[in-house]
Amino acid sequence: MEDLDEIIAEFLVESHENLDQLDGDLVALEQDPTSRELLGRIFRTIHTIKGTTGFLEFGRLEALTHAGENLLSKLRDGELGLSAEITGVLLTMVDAIRSLLAAIESTGQEGEADHTELIATLTRLQQGGAAATAGRHEQPETSSPSSPVGEVIVEHGGATEDDVSLAVTAQDVGDTRPIGEILVSQGSTTSGEVSLALEVQAERRSVADGNIRVDVDRLDSLMRLMGELVLTRNESVAHAAAAGDAALVRASARLNHITSELQEVVLRMRMQPIDTVWSKLRRFVRDLGATCGKTVRLEMEGRETEMDKTILEAVKDPLTHLVRNAVDHGIEAPQDRLAAGKDEQGLLLLRAFHEGGQVNIEIQDDGAGMDPALVAAKALELGLVSAEELARMNEREIINLIFLPGFSTAATVTNVSGRGVGMDVVKSNLEKIGGAIDVRSAIGAGTTFHVKIPLTLAIIPALTVGCAGDRYAIPTVNLVQLVRLEGEQAGIELIAGTPVYRLRGSLLPLIYLDRELGVSDPDPERDSVLIVVLQVEDRRFGVLVDAVLDSQEIVVKPLSSQLEQVAVYAGATILGDGSVALILDVLALAQRANVVTTGRELARDTAGHVDADDRPETRSALLVASVGQARQVAIPLDRVTRLEEFPAASVEYVGSRELVQYGGEILPLVRLTRLLEGAGPRADSDVLSVVVCSSGGRAVGLVVDAILDIVEGGLPGHGNLSGDGLLGTAVVQHRITELLDLEEIIRKADPRFYDAPAVPAEGRA
Amino acid sequence: MSVAQLSTFSVDGYLFGVEVAMVQEVIRYQPMTRVPLAPAALVGLINLRGQVITAVDLRHRLGLGDRAAGALPMDVIVRTGDSLVSLLVDRIGDVVEVAEDAFEAPPETLLGSARELIRGAYKLDDALLLLLDVRSAVELQPAG
Repeated sequence: MEDLDEIIAEFLVESHENLDQLDGDLVALEQDPTSRELLGRIFRTIHTIKGTTGFLEFGRLEALTHAGENLLSKLRDGELGLSAEITGVLLTMVDAIRSLLAAIESTGQEGEADHTELIATLTRLQQGGAAATAGRHEQPETSSPSSPVGEVIVEHGGATEDDVSLAVTAQDVGDTRPIGEILVSQGSTTSGEVSLALEVQAERRSVADGNIRVDVDRLDSLMRLMGELVLTRNESVAHAAAAGDAALVRASARLNHITSELQEVVLRMRMQPIDTVWSKLRRFVRDLGATCGKTVRLEMEGRETEMDKTILEAVKDPLTHLVRNAVDHGIEAPQDRLAAGKDEQGLLLLRAFHEGGQVNIEIQDDGAGMDPALVAAKALELGLVSAEELARMNEREIINLIFLPGFSTAATVTNVSGRGVGMDVVKSNLEKIGGAIDVRSAIGAGTTFHVKIPLTLAIIPALTVGCAGDRYAIPTVNLVQLVRLEGEQAGIELIAGTPVYRLRGSLLPLIYLDRELGVSDPDPERDSVLIVVLQVEDRRFGVLVDAVLDSQEIVVKPLSSQLEQVAVYAGATILGDGSVALILDVLALAQRANVVTTGRELARDTAGHVDADDRPETRSALLVASVGQARQVAIPLDRVTRLEEFPAASVEYVGSRELVQYGGEILPLVRLTRLLEGAGPRADSDVLSVVVCSSGGRAVGLVVDAILDIVEGGLPGHGNLSGDGLLGTAVVQHRITELLDLEEIIRKADPRFYDAPAVPAEGRA
Repeated sequence: MSVAQLSTFSVDGYLFGVEVAMVQEVIRYQPMTRVPLAPAALVGLINLRGQVITAVDLRHRLGLGDRAAGALPMDVIVRTGDSLVSLLVDRIGDVVEVAEDAFEAPPETLLGSARELIRGAYKLDDALLLLLDVRSAVELQPAG
């Protein structure tokens, strides 16, 4: 009995696979109704299921597949043409087979579902085509997955089934010759047909024999052992190098090499092509399109792109969701498409490719696209962003608001924006597996979702860093670059208490890893620090560490439940010397340190990560400072060289002008309070906050009351040409902010600033 | 009369026991990796043959004083649910058989705040053997 259970289990697994294939094939057949290859494959699939069900005595299933097979054989032989009705009925049959299989799986019985009507329809369609030949296939057939030669010959039209069964009968009564030979001697076929059939049979067998089914649990345990081996390898390589024994070093180098290869093989064993998920989408898109009254052509590129099975499972739902949205909301109704001058049939393109150790998936439709204005209006109405924040966003940022939690809960969003149902869930599900999603849309031209996910979760490349005597691992997937600073604080500036570093013209917010983790050494002896520049989505920040120790592949080990509340770790790993190192969850760390907010970022790369054409030229980073009586001013950040604090006592006077000595040069100071308000300096401050601006090798210091923030902002909409040192006003962070006219101000402070020969540039920044 | 087998160890002079079946093994002190921001009693992570295991110091957990300088604790690896946790103790004792009728609910005055971690006491001839509630002992509150 146990054997039978095993056979049934195998039958179920095999049938499920076959049915998925069948779904795809049937939909493909609609596109190409005369493809003999497709028809042949569909026929064989149903035939195989029928054969096995007969053997296992599942009567209902057998009756159903039998009726389906008869209809298919008519199609295959060209006696019937494919119609939408036939495809529909065949798909219904596939569903019916699925539900029967599901019943068998859960109860071991076929259940009571009644399919007589479906069978009648199948039979009617079959007879409708060629009633005269009905019944030809009614005789019972012998069948098995390995396709006997006789069957192959029949399939190729080399002989009739009657001839073959005659030959089989001859064998049964004692004819010991092979079936092909009997057929030839009967005059039913030629020897050429037989050898062709033998070749075909051999080919099929080799496909069947070349694969074995392996339980996923076994693969998982192999994977776990592989992880152990990688660790042991790391350990032994480290020890061998330390021992200095040449033979041992050689052996461990070999071990190293073999382990790496083995690791790759094992990882590849868990890899599956994305088509295992996509193939199910063909049917899905067809059915959904039919429900919505749309026709959608589904195209796929990179179906063979492979990724880890676990990850594939995890992306299945988000992908299905995106595809559903594209068909449901993205692609317009046929009449609208025609009106817009598009092809009546919508196009949904799925692309998958590998890039930089990650899998990229794109879901692109040629639908109506999303209107940033409508998305913005909705986000504003829902209170997810403020008008000021919106004013600073570019179109792409606005479209990406659809991923905000809460955006999608409003039912009307679908009618307005065309998108947004559960997008935050899609995003968070992808983030759970270390993925990211981005969307681009053009009104009238369509929408493209871009998903990036890691290849595998179990073994990841990581950077090992040192911090306060401990070691931590940072996944290199987030790594942008390393910056080494000689002298502990060189180049690190403070803006409103937040440390920042200038990286190629952008201000990079910094996190002191030791302070953030609360492990700072009270007396650090460091002559240099390292900034690990990380990027999460399009937000960049730097993590300050003591040292970068190694870059290697690490095996991710889960942390115990006691550590779940400590959100800054993604797991742990075991290093080459056998000690444990924590893996940092860099996004959580950045959020904890408030350098990354859930909204937009303060620090972003202006050096080309974001496409230039996405960024209107009127937008730039602004340094916001307070001046005088609650006045807020903004200075273009690209003009700011450094932020300094000078003791009030260090200010020297030449005539009415205030100067400080700064880096061996003389820095003229401009008191913005006095300039803008005519008021005197605030008496109570003994320290001056100074924004050093430079141009053409000359510098001027703007004295402000406090430096507040750095924001992405637009140039003010209200012009002002009064020459009072202001270019105009804009709203920044809910407050009216005046944009300084630096040229004007500097000219006031130092009339010769722009025409005098430049003194050598001070280059401390 | 039913008897129970307990693995015993001592912490700050107190004798504790846990059911033998819960103890996977006892190993000598392992170097640990500290976990910043974790609850105080979670003193680190150890590598047990490739598995990363959380170590909980029972002295911390019971609100007892620090171990004497230079004294290394022992790791008692216990199984709770489907995970392993290492309990750091001062010294390992024998496996003892105790009679159920020698069991009593925790004495009111015992160990103050740590009473919730002690299910009761077995009255032995020469000492009190405190039965540790392992599940509560490894349940840690997040650090403030």
